[in-house]
Amino acid sequence: MAAIEINGRIAEATEGETILTVLRRIGVRVPTLCHIDGLTPTGACRLCVVEVEGMPGLVPSCAYPVRDGMKVQTHSPRAVRARKTIIELLLADHPDDCLYCERNGCCQLQDLAEELGVRKRRYAGGHRRANLDISSPSIVRNPEKCILCGRCVRVCEEVQAVSAIDFVGRGCRTQVAPPFGEGINVSSCINCGQCIVACPTGALREQSDIKKVSDALSNPALTVVVQHAPSVSVTIGEEFGLKPGTDAVGVLTTALRRLGFKYVFDTGFSADLTIMEEGSELIHRIKHGGKLPMFTSCSPGWVKFVETFYPDLMGNVSSCKSPQQMMGAIIKTFFAEREKIDPKKIFSVSIMPCTAKKFEAGRPEMGRDGLADIDAVLTTRELARLIRLRGLDLNTLESDEADTPFGERTTAGKIFGASGGVMEAALRSAYYLLTGAEMEDLNIKNVRGFDGIKEARLNINGIDVGVAVVSGLGNARKLLDEIRAGRDDLHFIEVMTCPGGCINGGGQPLKVDQEAVKARMRALYKIDREEALRTSHSNASIKRLYDEFLGEPLGEKSHHLLHTHYVERDVV
Amino acid sequence: MNVEIKQLEPILKKYEGGGRDQLIPLLQEVQNTVGYLSRESITCISRKMNLPASKIYGVATFYNQFRFTPQGKYHVQVCRGTACHVKGSAAILEALQKELGVNPGQTTRDGLFSLEVVACIGACGLAPVITVDGEFHARLTPELVGEIIETYRRKAAENVKA
Ligand code: SF4
Ligand code: SF4
Ligand code: SF4
Ligand code: FES
Repeated sequence: MAAIEINGRIAEATEGETILTVLRRIGVRVPTLCHIDGLTPTGACRLCVVEVEGMPGLVPSCAYPVRDGMKVQTHSPRAVRARKTIIELLLADHPDDCLYCERNGCCQLQDLAEELGVRKRRYAGGHRRANLDISSPSIVRNPEKCILCGRCVRVCEEVQAVSAIDFVGRGCRTQVAPPFGEGINVSSCINCGQCIVACPTGALREQSDIKKVSDALSNPALTVVVQHAPSVSVTIGEEFGLKPGTDAVGVLTTALRRLGFKYVFDTGFSADLTIMEEGSELIHRIKHGGKLPMFTSCSPGWVKFVETFYPDLMGNVSSCKSPQQMMGAIIKTFFAEREKIDPKKIFSVSIMPCTAKKFEAGRPEMGRDGLADIDAVLTTRELARLIRLRGLDLNTLESDEADTPFGERTTAGKIFGASGGVMEAALRSAYYLLTGAEMEDLNIKNVRGFDGIKEARLNINGIDVGVAVVSGLGNARKLLDEIRAGRDDLHFIEVMTCPGGCINGGGQPLKVDQEAVKARMRALYKIDREEALRTSHSNASIKRLYDEFLGEPLGEKSHHLLHTHYVERDVV
Repeated sequence: MNVEIKQLEPILKKYEGGGRDQLIPLLQEVQNTVGYLSRESITCISRKMNLPASKIYGVATFYNQFRFTPQGKYHVQVCRGTACHVKGSAAILEALQKELGVNPGQTTRDGLFSLEVVACIGACGLAPVITVDGEFHARLTPELVGEIIETYRRKAAENVKA
């Protein structure tokens, strides 16, 4: 234990923790730019500087460890002046572009300029000119707005273990970019969008499909259909001032109808369908000596990661398409047939927490007869923009229900939105498929939560099953390397690209803290607790779909419509 | 490309198992052997050293000594030593950039000239000085730059004819 003095008041601290940690704990706010919770501090931006008695210069509180008896001033005139100067220097070569900027109103640089009272341009630097990088289906880079804080670089390297981007060049020509002056689309980027979430400015954003969707909605020749992913209903509210963790599914459905979508479906339905296929595939692999461990395949960033970095393990990835793509395939076949709509006249939109879903939708194998299964993907953020654009407010809309039959889901399909959810749903159904009975306790608590790697063993009908749940690809890398080195006690591994799962996806509302993300997860498990249907195999609409159309899991039709294959990627 | 990768093999072998701190000497050796750091070289180093290409490219672009395009037929070096600086080497460099249409580290599209800024060549008595293909051109003025480049262009054209 250590005692330190902060702005004249004594605070308890632990020797070795950073000053910033203590400040946060006692509620003293010092602005930060380059700092990311949980990652090694770099001390690069120096915005968090404070005065420490006896030290000649200001010290960065995010990187400076506490010592017993230390005296800290957080808002001395000197510290505040230094912070203001830093922001003024950052603005010196920044385009004064806020009115036209994606991040207008949601930009940390803007907030800081306001907070520190910057009112005029004191330093006039030359405007950096750089090309917009629109090469990727998921990510748009605008290096002119980059303040070189390095957050994206560290997230991409330390959290995702991808390292698609880095600082390139030096001095005033430094940029954050993929190698060889190429667009990010030919780099090793797996489209996760975690860099967007980390970016304090408008330098990174998603490739927007809003125009495509608006055009489709105003085209009378098209039947525009929408599905929304399990995690979207518990995050979209944040964009409209609702408390994090509010489930807004009813008003979300209404908003989607008002926007002009003819049918509103719930991706939770096809998540249930995924479980039927994937659970059956797992059992088939176990019984027939197939490749194990089997990995889940619903997270497209993860799938691309395997294709890029671990092509030798591609055969271990489930051949199931993701819920988005399963829904897309069913809509343009079964549904089109039943409703007697020409599939060419269906425009299929999905609302996703994810930027990699945009990439997935564009994969050439995701469709048939030259027709894509999904025509456009909007992130939660883009949907919010569209809703605002139409003057709708989630706070005042009445609730509505999704359309049958693909609006029906169980809570197993809903918890897909959290790390561990796919595993829990799959185990519930695998147990049933193997034993013919329901699990006594449907709650499998040790696969829930935010830990990067979670493991469990359970006995199903005499078969000892080892499972692991991973989120964040850095964690996936650790486990994959163990498997490459010969680890063989695991049967089934769920991997989600984003830390904590889709609730923390690269397309989710920005500017949230860890508490908000936790609330999102709690909201999903609350739904799981409170609703009656909690297993995918108990979804009556799924049963009917098999009876009327698909036949059986892993059957001929499923094989064509619901399963896919992977390609090794040779990238720089 | 394959020729190039062949050239790399012994170097990579030498640095096998080396960490990030070995990267600069490795890159230097590759550049000395191949003449520049090609995309293929960097990708190959990335695989062998188990380092992301973005990291290698990032490090390499931080240092002026590395080039990413092959050298031109005539390699132009501009001395930025103190003596040359005092005698106006900045203006010489500017004139060269204008004449050739490239920045230091780059090669002209026709592959004839590449431009490099180097530390003192040790010919301070001749300042400001440049070398083209190893030949010294002393006591330059910006006006002379165009003429010098032109003689090499003619030389190249004659070579083609001959
Ligand atoms: S990034 Fe922020 S400060 Fe820069 S133009 Fe956009 S909103 Fe304004
Ligand atoms: S989208 Fe993901 S993989 Fe691509 S650069 Fe951003 S963080 Fe890295
Ligand atoms: S792109 Fe954004 S996160 Fe990355 S360095 Fe620039 S400002 Fe920081
Ligand atoms: S937040 Fe501390 S130096 Fe950037």
